[in-house]
Amino acid sequence: MGEPGTKELLSLEDLEASASLRSGRKHVLSILVENKPGVLTRIAGLFARRGFNIDTLSVGPTDEDQLSRITLTVDGAMHPIDQVTKQLHKLINVLKIRDLEPSETVTRELALFKVAINDGHQRAEVMQVTEIFRGKVVDVTKRSMIVEVTGTRDKIEAFEQMVRPFGLIEMMRTGEIAISRGRGET
Amino acid sequence: MRAVDAIMECLKAEGVDTVFGYPGGANMPTYDAFYDAGIRHILVRHEQGGGHAAEGYAKATGKVAVALGTSGPGATNLVTAIVDAMMDSVPVVFITGQVKTELLGTDGFQEADTMGITMPAVKHSWMITDPREIPRVLHEAFHVARTGRPGPVVVDIPTDLSRMDIPYEPVNDVHLPGYQPTVEGNAKQIKQAAKALASARRPVIYAGGGSLNASEELTALARFGRFPVTCTLNGLGSFPAPDEQWLGMLGMHGTRSANYAMDEADLICAIGARFDDRVTGKLSEFAPRAKFIHIDIDPAEISKNIPAHIPIVGDAKKILAKLNAEYRALEVDAARLEDWWSRIKGWQEKHPLRYDETEGEEIKPQAAIEAIYAATNGDAIVTSDVGQHQMWAAQFYHFNRPRQWINSGGLGTMGFGLPAALGAAVGCPDKTVVCVTGDGSIQMNAQEFATCADNGIPVKTFILNNGYLGMVRQWQELFWERRYSEVTLGGNPDFVKLADAYGCTGFRVSEKSQLADTIKAALETEGPVIVDIRVTAEENVYPMVAPGAAARDMVG
Repeated sequence: MGEPGTKELLSLEDLEASASLRSGRKHVLSILVENKPGVLTRIAGLFARRGFNIDTLSVGPTDEDQLSRITLTVDGAMHPIDQVTKQLHKLINVLKIRDLEPSETVTRELALFKVAINDGHQRAEVMQVTEIFRGKVVDVTKRSMIVEVTGTRDKIEAFEQMVRPFGLIEMMRTGEIAISRGRGET
Repeated sequence: MRAVDAIMECLKAEGVDTVFGYPGGANMPTYDAFYDAGIRHILVRHEQGGGHAAEGYAKATGKVAVALGTSGPGATNLVTAIVDAMMDSVPVVFITGQVKTELLGTDGFQEADTMGITMPAVKHSWMITDPREIPRVLHEAFHVARTGRPGPVVVDIPTDLSRMDIPYEPVNDVHLPGYQPTVEGNAKQIKQAAKALASARRPVIYAGGGSLNASEELTALARFGRFPVTCTLNGLGSFPAPDEQWLGMLGMHGTRSANYAMDEADLICAIGARFDDRVTGKLSEFAPRAKFIHIDIDPAEISKNIPAHIPIVGDAKKILAKLNAEYRALEVDAARLEDWWSRIKGWQEKHPLRYDETEGEEIKPQAAIEAIYAATNGDAIVTSDVGQHQMWAAQFYHFNRPRQWINSGGLGTMGFGLPAALGAAVGCPDKTVVCVTGDGSIQMNAQEFATCADNGIPVKTFILNNGYLGMVRQWQELFWERRYSEVTLGGNPDFVKLADAYGCTGFRVSEKSQLADTIKAALETEGPVIVDIRVTAEENVYPMVAPGAAARDMVG
């Protein structure tokens, strides 16, 4: 540097690289895809090939007929997700991918809990908890109740903790869907 | 119009004059259309051969090639070629027949889930569900195969749909909203790269297969800046060899100069290269002093294995043209690289590629490659199979133009060489096409000699015959205590008689003094020729970076 005949243009030492790092947090990927056969297989295949585990996955229609929305959560502490995001971008049926910032995103999940009930007292208790969580009782028999709860993953997991002692027969969860806050499109 | 006739129209509209394929039950409608379509169809003797022939054609010409097979085994036989094309970014459109729609998913005769089997190995694929889609899909297939980072695509057509009549109108525009490859590099990044090159004291250009289309610009940049250049196995020919700025190939069997230069470099400019493990050796000790400019059309390659300091996504040809201009504008003095060059020259003088010549008549395999190089004036298109002969060809045949060297670099497919050579010869009829192979590899697709003989395709095949699966034997010698397990090829055929049986011309040479004359005679013989060259049995490819070792710790 600085020798005769050369200019000091930039210092190589100061150049920094963007490494493929584990982010250490959960990522919610919102993927807009063409509604065509095999799209989900192609996407799931990219994760499987790298040994990445998809935590939740939900697929549904959008406001446009030809497009579907896939919301997928993956643990960034376990896997470096930028590589797989770049690979997803290369899929021809994938139109758009967003790695949603938790603070700028509304996420919701729906869960159905089938809880064992032995007497009226227990039923009343489960109903009380359901009310606190703003859930809904959608089916009742003498020996069971089905409760529908909507909310963030944390809320659903909290509800699960509360009803598990009664005897949780089954639980079904949809996986999160997510939408960005504010007027802009996700 | 019959849908299959529309396929022919599409192929013609895409400028296809030759295809490689094999008929069967599910693609018979398509073959009926070939009967008088005026497109040259080369009937290979195995679908895998057809796939590799298409790759050879595409690699030699730079054009999109086409390979066809029927459903089931026809498609599964194509799979190796599809994966091979994916690994080496070769633009091939694979068109497969499929059972009729009502049989799909029922285990019908010759049914295989072609879409499912090939999905992880294609750039994209389409299953036809409505015959009216065929023209649009085919043009999309060519567009996807050709543009961006090239690659294989599959179009799977159920036989009942291919028999239908459709209205055909030429498709002039392809619209794929989810596919828009970045072509122009970011101007700011290019400027930054120019400054980095100007500031570097120990720069190296590391060129891969993605630089074959940018050879002119790459050479201009290297010449103007006096930058040393090394190429990957697939990049050979993008910078003309031999040349005083040429370090040779890098990596596992690269030159010491190339690997040492990478090790000591302060700046590495990677162009269309993907930091393969055979290049880097132990990743954590690869080029430890260097900062990286990484030029690649595929954003997913950037920082995949090595974090890039100045990433530039786009077409290397366009980026390098701009980088040239930016670099020139900086008016730096190339004299700053004198120390670096004298260090490199030191390595080049001390460690040239070498081998021990024999005293007697025994032929060293390296000498055979040198003799082929001399006899072809360094001008032939050379294909190879996979193994020791491949490395010797890469080391001792010097490629001075892109698309002169055709091999299976990424997947390492034995059986690639002969069909690739016939594809290259069909694509470049004015060039001498030589296939360098081994006695192991050639037997993996030897049936294609019939294709050569049948079609008068004058491929000259040189078998470096050592009676071994040589590369495996070498590893067993070096890393498995000479326990030679299943590497002796005892039942080799008489390759001269084999040539005769196929209607090719056969030669055999086992004496050094006869080598040059035999090669000359083979090259002067019309039609396909097989030359059985008996070489030293236990010769090793050197130098070598042991698997998992750092590139600076080369042996041999």
